[in-house]
Amino acid sequence: MDARITLRVDGEERSPTVDTRTTLLDALRDRLGVMSPKKGCDHGQCGACTVLVGGRRVLGCLALAVAHDGAEVVTARGLGALPDGGDGNSGGGLNGNSRNGDGDGERQGPSDDGLHPVQRAFLDHDGLQCGYCTPGQVCSAVGMLAEAAAGHPSHVTDDLTRTGPAVLDDTEIRERMSGNLCRCGAYVNILAAVREQAAVREQAAPARGEAIP
Amino acid sequence: MIPFDYVRPADPADAVAAVGGRPGAAFLAGGTNLVDHLKLGVTGPDLLVDVSGLPLDRIEETPTGALRIGATVRNSDLAAHPLVRHRYPALSRALLAGASGQLRNMATTGGNLFQRTRCPYFQDTSTPCNKRVPGSGCSALGGHTRDAAILGASAHCVATHPSDMAVALLALDASVVLLGPDGERTLPLAALHRLPGDTPHRDTVVEHGELVTAVELPDRASARHSTYRKVRDRRSYAFALVSVAAALDVADGTVRDVRIALGGVAHKPWRAERAEAALRGTAPTEAGFARAADAELAAARPLEGNAFKVPLARRTLVAVLRDLAGAADGGTRHDGREGGR
Ligand SMILES: Cc1cc2nc3c(=O)[nH]c(=O)nc-3n(C[C@H](O)[C@H](O)[C@H](O)COP(=O)(O)OP(=O)(O)OC[C@H]3O[C@@H](n4cnc5c(N)ncnc54)[C@H](O)[C@@H]3O)c2cc1C
Ligand code: SF4
Ligand code: FES
Ligand code: FES
Repeated sequence: MDARITLRVDGEERSPTVDTRTTLLDALRDRLGVMSPKKGCDHGQCGACTVLVGGRRVLGCLALAVAHDGAEVVTARGLGALPDGGDGNSGGGLNGNSRNGDGDGERQGPSDDGLHPVQRAFLDHDGLQCGYCTPGQVCSAVGMLAEAAAGHPSHVTDDLTRTGPAVLDDTEIRERMSGNLCRCGAYVNILAAVREQAAVREQAAPARGEAIP
Repeated sequence: MIPFDYVRPADPADAVAAVGGRPGAAFLAGGTNLVDHLKLGVTGPDLLVDVSGLPLDRIEETPTGALRIGATVRNSDLAAHPLVRHRYPALSRALLAGASGQLRNMATTGGNLFQRTRCPYFQDTSTPCNKRVPGSGCSALGGHTRDAAILGASAHCVATHPSDMAVALLALDASVVLLGPDGERTLPLAALHRLPGDTPHRDTVVEHGELVTAVELPDRASARHSTYRKVRDRRSYAFALVSVAAALDVADGTVRDVRIALGGVAHKPWRAERAEAALRGTAPTEAGFARAADAELAAARPLEGNAFKVPLARRTLVAVLRDLAGAADGGTRHDGREGGR
């Protein structure tokens, strides 16, 4: 069965006609020619297809396109154009406190090269080898930083009752990024890139944990 | 994949009517299990009724102090909710121990309860499986049994239920609100999932067309002293080999209230009533915890590949109770960073 849907993809409105069986990943790649999200496993097990929907990181391979009629989708290709330039609060779907970083973090705000600060950090830290997992990794990292800024805990968060932005040490970053596998094993440098970006954001908005009463 | 129609119902009653009125119809929520199964050919509905946009996405306190969790609340939002973190830490911990950040942003409360087993033969349509094709046989028996059940299994199916969330909900005495063609009914979560018996194709007692609209958690002192511990083959992004959810209330040196559920050991989240009975009214000691675990696991019938689960479940249960008893004493907190998570 065919359905005509409308998606906003990387800021641009697109209205493909898709079979109801088409995943969001296949719609992006095969129907709309947006090739940055990758198909690794096609079963939710690797994270290569990660995109942001409504600002939240999701897997394109387990999402049906027809179920995302009207959605705002950002792929790695469109990250650099995010209006916030990656202050970690691009997550429109997260109730993060809005703040205006005054830019003393070195990579606050859109950069001249059109890359999102998280993408720039992956380059600076060699956070990739073949690059196949990278579009998913950077989308996941952007979504993850927004979740942390909104105070979401993780499996390794000791004290669940602390609210406020999560403090991201290496253990936290590894756990929160565990949904993105890298066949090349570039994890050490991916970690370094995300660690840098977590620090930039923390400087702009220091974690102010308060106990839930 | 078999072609299917897709609709977005206007409200829950509309969703129930749409699925109830068509034998081949199914609810679609986050899609993280169902879309996978469509691709694998494990299931082939001819109509998907998308409930993910229904206004069932609220978490609210009821007048009786219970917490009502809407069926379409995403797993990530549920885990992060302040009331859940404070009053039902086992639930936050269980959700955060499951899947990945991306999957938790998609997965819903309702869909999580109805996710199907990860038995490799169930997912492989080239092999016999009584759960997928009733009467075709069980490939796990005599095959790969590392993931299989040690409690309550049958000669027809030895699969385990994969949900972390449901194990925590069971220990927290959750109930499930169902909307059907004839109206609403509320079921204790303990009565939702089934043992396989000779009808393993039925995971739950829910009838075709019945929609979960909410899950309710009673406000209990013990729930605040609850936690969840999951043991798996890698540190993150893997299903449980064994897991334990427990809530413990100790007063004046005796166990006043205790609730325990085990995951990864049975066809359904397993309430450890024998262990609870062995603990209630006794002093919370290491020896007592071990006796309680033994009382529960006396009924275990491991297979060749999963015999390790019996001592693993025993040790995990003892460790969780030790942590909770220590925390109740004002002693060591549960430390989410230690091994075996
Ligand atoms: C790679 C991977 C790793 C995972 N790891 C874990 C893990 O470690 N721990 C864990 O617990 N889970 C894990 N999961 C499973 C995941 O938690 C489930 O797939 C998810 O919770 C299902 O929710 P959903 O909303 O996506 O459901 P869907 O896939 O949309 O639906 C699942 C089923 O529920 C039915 N359904 C949905 N909503 C309702 C409702 N309101 N009423 C009645 N029926 C309904 C559907 O008809 C369908 O049969 C993993 C999944 C993947 C892909
Ligand atoms: S254990 Fe159950 S699910 Fe697995 S093959 Fe046997 S019948 Fe199928
Ligand atoms: S392609 Fe989607 S998770 Fe692997
Ligand atoms: S860089 Fe090659 S898979 Fe990650």
